[in-house]
Amino acid sequence: MSGIIDFFVDNANTLVEYITTYPFVRYALIVGVLIALCSSLLGVTLVLKRFSFIGDGLSHVAFGAMAMATVIGITDNMIFTMPVTIICAILLLRTGQNTKIKGDAAVAMISVGALAIGYLLMNIFSSSNNLSGDVCSTLFGSTSILTLSVFEVWLCVALSVVVVILFILFYNKIFAVTFDENFAKATGVHSEFYNLLIAVVIAVIIVLAMNLVGSLLISALVIFPALSAMRVFKSFKSVTICSAIFSVSCALLGIVISILFDTPVGSTIVAVDIIAFCAFYLIGLLSGGKAK
Amino acid sequence: MAQIICKDLSLGYDSNVIVKNLNFTVNAGDYLCIVGENGSGKSTLMRTLLSLQKAISGKLEFSDGLTSDKLGYLPQQTFIQRDFPASVWEIVLSGRCSKEGFKPFYSKEDKAIAMQNIKKMEIENLKNRCYRELSGGQQQRVLLARALCATTKALLLDEPVSGLDPMLTNQMYELINNLNKKEKITIIMISHDIESALKYATHILHIGKEIVFGTKEDYLNSKVGKSFLSNWEGGLQ
Repeated sequence: MSGIIDFFVDNANTLVEYITTYPFVRYALIVGVLIALCSSLLGVTLVLKRFSFIGDGLSHVAFGAMAMATVIGITDNMIFTMPVTIICAILLLRTGQNTKIKGDAAVAMISVGALAIGYLLMNIFSSSNNLSGDVCSTLFGSTSILTLSVFEVWLCVALSVVVVILFILFYNKIFAVTFDENFAKATGVHSEFYNLLIAVVIAVIIVLAMNLVGSLLISALVIFPALSAMRVFKSFKSVTICSAIFSVSCALLGIVISILFDTPVGSTIVAVDIIAFCAFYLIGLLSGGKAK
Repeated sequence: MAQIICKDLSLGYDSNVIVKNLNFTVNAGDYLCIVGENGSGKSTLMRTLLSLQKAISGKLEFSDGLTSDKLGYLPQQTFIQRDFPASVWEIVLSGRCSKEGFKPFYSKEDKAIAMQNIKKMEIENLKNRCYRELSGGQQQRVLLARALCATTKALLLDEPVSGLDPMLTNQMYELINNLNKKEKITIIMISHDIESALKYATHILHIGKEIVFGTKEDYLNSKVGKSFLSNWEGGLQ
């Protein structure tokens, strides 16, 4: 028993030491928490609108765009990645029910296409001698969160604040548009505008989140909190609040574990998410909720 | 007073015309049932009335203070809603959403109106329940309360009783009939259930190869009405 306590005390001490000594650990924690918060807020809407995969699709687009930016020689590739991803997000969310290519197929097509083109470009034009390492770190975000610059941290803080404020201001409208878009539109809510807003915000979050978990695992940040919260809670407000808390706690725990035990950040966070989801699933079953 | 006037309306998607030369008028306090076979364009008409799609040609006018966004709408349940985590209160309140414009939060008045409609639909005891755990009939009442939050003048109902058992169906019809008679709300209803349509409606609009519009009595005496009814009864036997 005392062994376990010692283990925790030791690790807590190491953690405090890291946080006070190394600024990059502080940055990673701040950025991680903010991105987790933002992605979980919109996650509920995306999951309910049957757009779970848009996070995945867009992150691959962001990957392709990033590769392209590297080839063209843009040093700060966010300048290029952000607009491209936003445009794709708008195009994808616009594919409503009456288009020739259905939403899920369009997402799959664009996501695989962007992934392939991105890898191809990196392969042909790469000047780096560690190509697979580069690709791996972009896809799984293994190191980039620990190499954030002060500017990136502030950018992330600013954008996160904007996302949270937008979400609070438009919370009621987002609910109406998510629950029943036709009704909202018929009674005069500008649903196109809110869909556009959701698309832009999700694109921004994804480009930011690529630093944290890499492009393959972003969907996890979007989907897990929402699905877990939906197991247990029954109103939109409680689901939203729960998924925000869920996401932030898991991200925090994941980053801490990865720093202490030197595991890859992105996959650790997702692993924590999976365990927490299982716990919520069980709670849902036991409390007799509709955990179907 | 005429609330909705349709003149030579053609409906459809892109260049694909489904309904041609549609003429009808809806007056305040009317109870109009829209009947016709599957695929005859009933839902297209409803979507056009709600401005969810444009008419191909012809005129659709709203008057008497009614506009298309002041119509209350009871849609058919969508796939998304079946496992949507939302409380009854949140859903009914969302009917007031458009009335707020770009203001972010609901006013006291909005909440009062929502509460009033919840009482009207006799679902106060369900107020904090989760929508997806309610029975079909209860869900319809919730959506009807939401529709009432968006309107005081006219309701559009898209097959409000589909999927309900006979007892609940009757309750639903009585509820709608009460809104029409007591609250003087104009009712426009798409229905497959011609029997009930004839029981409650004041006017019938039959869409199909031939379009018939008129009072219930006119319809019963028309050729189309007679043949549609005899088919219906034949189908029952």
